[in-house]
Amino acid sequence: MSALSRRRILFGGAAVGAGALLTACTSNEPDNSAQVNTNTDASANPNAAAGEKVIIGFSAPAADHGWLAAITNNAKAQAAAYSDVEFKAVESGTDAAAQRAAISTLIAQKPTVLVMLPADGKELDAAGLEAMKAGIPVINLDRAFPSRAAFRLQIKGDNFGMGTAAGHYIGQQLKAKGVTNPIIGEIPGIDSLELTQERSEGFKIALAEFGFKVANRRPAEFTADSGQAAATALLQALPKMDALWNHDDDQGIGVLAAIKQTSRSEFFMVGGAGSKAAIDAITKDDSVLKATVTYSPSMASSAISLARLIGQGKGMSDLVELQVPQEITLASETITKDNAAQYAKLGF
Amino acid sequence: MTTQTAPPEAPAKQQRRKLDENTLRNLGLVGVLVLLIVVGIITKPDLYSDPTWVKNNFLTILQQASAIGVVTVGMTFVIIGGGIDLSVGAIIALAGVWATTLATQSYGAGGMIFTALVVGIAVGLVNGVLISYGKLVPFIATLAMLVAARGLAAQISGKQTQVSANDTINSLASERLLGIPLLVWILGLVVAAGWVLLNRTTFGRRTVAVGGNPEAARLAGINVKRHTMLLYALSGLCCGIGAIMLTSQATSAQAAMANLYELDAIAAAIIGGTLLSGGRGTIIGALFGVLVFSTITNLFAINNLSTEVQNMVKGAIIVAAVLIQQFRYKSLTQLFKR
Repeated sequence: MSALSRRRILFGGAAVGAGALLTACTSNEPDNSAQVNTNTDASANPNAAAGEKVIIGFSAPAADHGWLAAITNNAKAQAAAYSDVEFKAVESGTDAAAQRAAISTLIAQKPTVLVMLPADGKELDAAGLEAMKAGIPVINLDRAFPSRAAFRLQIKGDNFGMGTAAGHYIGQQLKAKGVTNPIIGEIPGIDSLELTQERSEGFKIALAEFGFKVANRRPAEFTADSGQAAATALLQALPKMDALWNHDDDQGIGVLAAIKQTSRSEFFMVGGAGSKAAIDAITKDDSVLKATVTYSPSMASSAISLARLIGQGKGMSDLVELQVPQEITLASETITKDNAAQYAKLGF
Repeated sequence: MTTQTAPPEAPAKQQRRKLDENTLRNLGLVGVLVLLIVVGIITKPDLYSDPTWVKNNFLTILQQASAIGVVTVGMTFVIIGGGIDLSVGAIIALAGVWATTLATQSYGAGGMIFTALVVGIAVGLVNGVLISYGKLVPFIATLAMLVAARGLAAQISGKQTQVSANDTINSLASERLLGIPLLVWILGLVVAAGWVLLNRTTFGRRTVAVGGNPEAARLAGINVKRHTMLLYALSGLCCGIGAIMLTSQATSAQAAMANLYELDAIAAAIIGGTLLSGGRGTIIGALFGVLVFSTITNLFAINNLSTEVQNMVKGAIIVAAVLIQQFRYKSLTQLFKR
């Protein structure tokens, strides 16, 4: 009896102790990598002066990926930088159905403008139309709606352009080195996504301009552990490689780990998206990662700025037009050691 | 294998039948592995002609099978015990994320490993308590845990990828002992421990008894509820070990890691001859199941074939394995009845 209770006290005590220690272990430093447009000097930019109050509704799918998380953080930070903007975000779940419900709630709150990154452009087309019909201009972030009437402005990245940028960089580097028949590897993200196919298509076409082609292609899932698995398989399949394009810097953490674990260094690697870690690694120049092509979540910051202008009925001050244009596609830029310092503040 | 579940047949005969059946099945799986490697040799003779590459390739196959292999050992116990654990991928993600927060990392490698193991066991215990004492169906309880644990992992990580800055943890994946990767040693130890636990201890015999016929096990004096709970805790512990292995391989952890590990682990256990309804299964078979999947991945990679086809082949192998087992089980039982 007494032995039993002593054992129970011991186990109980250990459990409570472990629990206390573990709860203390969940703290993380606050994320302060949000991108804020610094162009808020009213004397240089007449649009920066506080104007009419604008309520901006915001909806993006719940993120389990750094890029999506950065989208939401950027939007929030950019809105906070304006004194005349009120920011209303709703948690929008992980799928289209949940987001549709979230957007209905948002519309009922009658924001001046609605900024939305749909979980799926096709499935949320109706939600865009509904908001537009209610007289709320919709700003579509990144994933396009099929109906032209479902948005006032679309701002997106260029997946095809990312592929061509990576292909051109790799082609030029290999040509400069005088490699005639290079072995090129590719690690895309989730292969069934349209954006992955566009990136790969752009890559293929750009490489073809140099007469090069991809020797092996192993898709990952935008996560570091899947990147490690894909890269390990790819490195095993190609005992010698000249260049590697990895579509996504987040999964690139795993790709770089796999390269380190196999002690390979005979090739150079190009990343994708432009994460802070990737830009740091390119600056330091201590790994095979020599460049990354951007698909920047800074578009969320720009979307908020443009939403404010649309809400106030203003145009972009550098353009002649009195209203904001309807479509903006960001260029995919190539970050190398030479220009990494400039991009440091845009990394996510 | 156990006297508790044996139908009224001569125990010796029962023992031999089971043994033969297990050996046969494992031989079949070895045959599949050999076949896959032969296909590799035929399709890529240039790669297979280099002995260093061949040695590296086998070690790579083993290393890539190590984390999922450890998880499959825990899963095999749960399934033999008559349950199912759909939350293993989510537990790995939660344990991995919890072990790589800045606060945990400040305690060093020991703190990180301790955290992963304790989180794994704790989540497994919650599963076990819900199933044993809350009387939830395992499928529902662990499905709920799958969603909830990934949710908590996303909450803790702030949806970011948490990079491990700990060199000890990160080097686990590149460290070798006697020329064999450390992760493969860990897999070997876990498999050996699992084999002993299942085949040489009362815990193992009780597991088979509980899975085979819980009512009979209860009448035989086994605390079925407590035992079931412990099985899920064991699965959670394996997930904690797997989380450390995967974190060291990826040098990071995030809420979406170990995606669909539950399906891979269940499939490997089933291919290895574990009965989904419980009461029967082997650890060695499960290990072979994992290796078959890892070898297929490798074969498709060296031939640059698309992963879509790979998934179809995986599916076909699962169906084929179960069909063959049913056929062989029936024909064997008939053979010995004669």
